[in-house]
Amino acid sequence: MRAEPTAIFKTLRDPTRRALFERLSREGELTVHALTAPSGVSQPAVSKHLNSLKLAGLVRDRRDGRETYYRARPEGLTPLFDWLKFFATFWQSRFDRLEDLLKRMDR
Amino acid sequence: MTNTATEALSVVVEREIPFPAEKIWRALTQPHLIEEWLMENDFKPAVGHRFDLRADWGSVDCKVLAVEPKKTLSYTWDAMGLESVVTWTLTPTSTGTHLRMEQSGFRPDQQQAYQGAKYGWQKFFAGLERVVGGLS
Repeated sequence: MRAEPTAIFKTLRDPTRRALFERLSREGELTVHALTAPSGVSQPAVSKHLNSLKLAGLVRDRRDGRETYYRARPEGLTPLFDWLKFFATFWQSRFDRLEDLLKRMDR
Repeated sequence: MTNTATEALSVVVEREIPFPAEKIWRALTQPHLIEEWLMENDFKPAVGHRFDLRADWGSVDCKVLAVEPKKTLSYTWDAMGLESVVTWTLTPTSTGTHLRMEQSGFRPDQQQAYQGAKYGWQKFFAGLERVVGGLS
């Protein structure tokens, strides 16, 4: 699933979602129960946050019996890195043009 | 010390420019000058003013968020469904001006969340680097 960088920014701006994503990145596949335990957030809230992460393409889920397992999709961050890379190049070239302009303004 | 982990989430370009801040400020805020280095525009240095940056490949919707003459200029930058904020900071140096541009994916009305997020991002990227190594 592809997500816009804006969706990824928005999704990860929430500290609880960020914590969930960090934890999945660190620890691999975990159940909703395991993710709920130390979070200080109710299970329905955790499920909702996980769903937002899923919609943003940052986690995937798998059902096994009564449990739903989640794992991080680090490749889901690629649109974010592409966005950053595009604008880094864009602004470098605009800085060059700005400097050229400033030199011309000097005359 | 620069916090690269935090800045990884925004695009930051910084340069020492051998001209006074007053002159750079003009290039950043006068429409006919902006056009020469950035894009065609109807910019005005007034908080709340909405303007477009236009190029042959499309246009960018912007709104001025902060204006502090010769020091700071900030505007939203919405293009192709991507919302971001561009902030210019000018700091005088002994030889000219240190010019810094930061484009971030955070919305300005979330200033508090943004401040809170900074610390989280740092941890986030540190953790991410451990896990995915060379992805970025």
